[in-house]
Amino acid sequence: MLYAPKPMHIPDGFLSVAVSILLWIVSIIAVGYALKRVSKDLGERQVPMMGVLAAAIFAGQMLNFAVAGGTSGHLMGAAIASILLGPWAAILVLTTVVGVQALIFQDGGLLVLGANIFNMAVIGVSVAYMAYQTVHKLAGGRKWGIFAGGLTAGWLSVVVAALAVALELAISGTSPANLAIPTMAGVHALIGIGEGLITIGALAFIYKSRPDMLQIKDARPVGGAVVWIVGLLLALGLVVAAPLASSHPDGLMWVAGQKGFLDAAQGSLYQIIPNYVFPGISNEALATIIAGILGTLIVFGVAVGVAYLRRNRRATE
Amino acid sequence: MHVHFLDPYRPRRSPIHTLDPRVKFVLTLAFIFCAALTPPGAWPIYILLFALILSAEVLSDLGVAYVLKRAALAFPFVLAALPIIFTMPGVELFSLTLGPWTLTASLAGLERFLSIAFKSWVSVQAAIVLAACTPFPDLLVAMRAVRVPRMLVAVFGLMWRYLFVLVDEVLRLMRARASRSGVSNNPKLKTGGSLTWRARVAGGMAGSLFLRALERSDRIYLAMVSRGYDGEVRAMPLPDLKPFHWVILSCGMGILAFLLMIAYLFWS
Repeated sequence: MLYAPKPMHIPDGFLSVAVSILLWIVSIIAVGYALKRVSKDLGERQVPMMGVLAAAIFAGQMLNFAVAGGTSGHLMGAAIASILLGPWAAILVLTTVVGVQALIFQDGGLLVLGANIFNMAVIGVSVAYMAYQTVHKLAGGRKWGIFAGGLTAGWLSVVVAALAVALELAISGTSPANLAIPTMAGVHALIGIGEGLITIGALAFIYKSRPDMLQIKDARPVGGAVVWIVGLLLALGLVVAAPLASSHPDGLMWVAGQKGFLDAAQGSLYQIIPNYVFPGISNEALATIIAGILGTLIVFGVAVGVAYLRRNRRATE
Repeated sequence: MHVHFLDPYRPRRSPIHTLDPRVKFVLTLAFIFCAALTPPGAWPIYILLFALILSAEVLSDLGVAYVLKRAALAFPFVLAALPIIFTMPGVELFSLTLGPWTLTASLAGLERFLSIAFKSWVSVQAAIVLAACTPFPDLLVAMRAVRVPRMLVAVFGLMWRYLFVLVDEVLRLMRARASRSGVSNNPKLKTGGSLTWRARVAGGMAGSLFLRALERSDRIYLAMVSRGYDGEVRAMPLPDLKPFHWVILSCGMGILAFLLMIAYLFWS
């Protein structure tokens, strides 16, 4: 299977409507600003360059290497894109990748696409940018700074994005925080090593063949400081919030309730049996069964009816 | 180019295929939104939603089995919601003893878990029908119609155009690696060097893919400029929606709104 769904892409139905819409708004703002920024920096080159590089990241996610026991390491690409292209172009490239994955390959849902863009394009890129720039500065422009930076950026971007996924699931009431957060963090701490190693490999190749590409990016892009700060805040915030939330899952629910994150739909969460008692039947279990049978009949009635109409149509054609 | 197996579009001559892409796009989003807003436990509404999407599948000539098979591929994520069965308070259903832990399943938890799984299942089916019945250029038209920024739509379009070229490139890279590093069909035989060596090779491939893509994008840009590209993305004006398509759109929206209303009247 060349194309397998990855655990980072949330499908529809797993996030509450409130969380989905909130993250759509955040993503639209971030992507809108990135569009403006990249139009200014790249000018007319923007469309071909972003399009082809998005295709490259998409295709690059198929590159794998055997790890152990039939599992393999993959590339998410946020780190390599933000190191080579700068943060704004990388946000656009990853947004395109995640968007096409959802729209065409059902890898991640459509209503939750805003959340997936936020996790992979906004968090992934800003955290990777922050990590790479910091390590690179600390190394003072020496060669090891590039590789250590690449490793840190690859690992941290995957882990922090995974923490965000777990936290979103917990706030939506889909996964209990005390299970989802350690599991996601643990699994992605391992996956992140693969991402970090591939990023090093890619940087080593580019360092040998086109060292100029790694030098140019030393010049800070406009708004780079903002991305750096946002990346730092997101990384710190999620790394601190995640253990807190997982040790006090009730606290998270409380915050979620206070902020109005939980949609009204959860009001009926503790209602044990929905009160659809069938008229004339007092036994609730029996009524449920009858409702179920009726529902199934309706489904098949509709489907058979449609199929029948369709066949008639074709016969007359 | 031999990777069109990636393209999920299945050409047929069905009412769903010929429906205006804008109507399809908006109705799909509305359907998924409606499924997301339906309160947990409103089973009759879920069944009606399933009936709706099932009718679309039958109408589309794709074959229900095809859609269901693809929908199953997206299912492993359901594991993320599984623990909710045991952590939500409610009437005790059964308990499992796993070593030192005792897991108690609650009815409320089970109901919530099944709701999530079902919502996700019908939503992914809707997305599959949309992708399988609409060629990508038509989806771009729909995106323009719902006011996605034009630049972004152009980037999406260009990505799609070169995706297959670059996937071919990746397949060539992987074939080259396989032919040079002693890959065996026996999974027990260790292939290549150490783990870091393998990761480094994969990384080198990713890096070279990236450089090739950059160079390619330069060539594409020059080709575009030579044909008069000046940074402005021009597209054909959107054709008007036919009255028939307006009727379909409003009927679909009406049914979904009605279902939501019923759901909220009886289950919240």
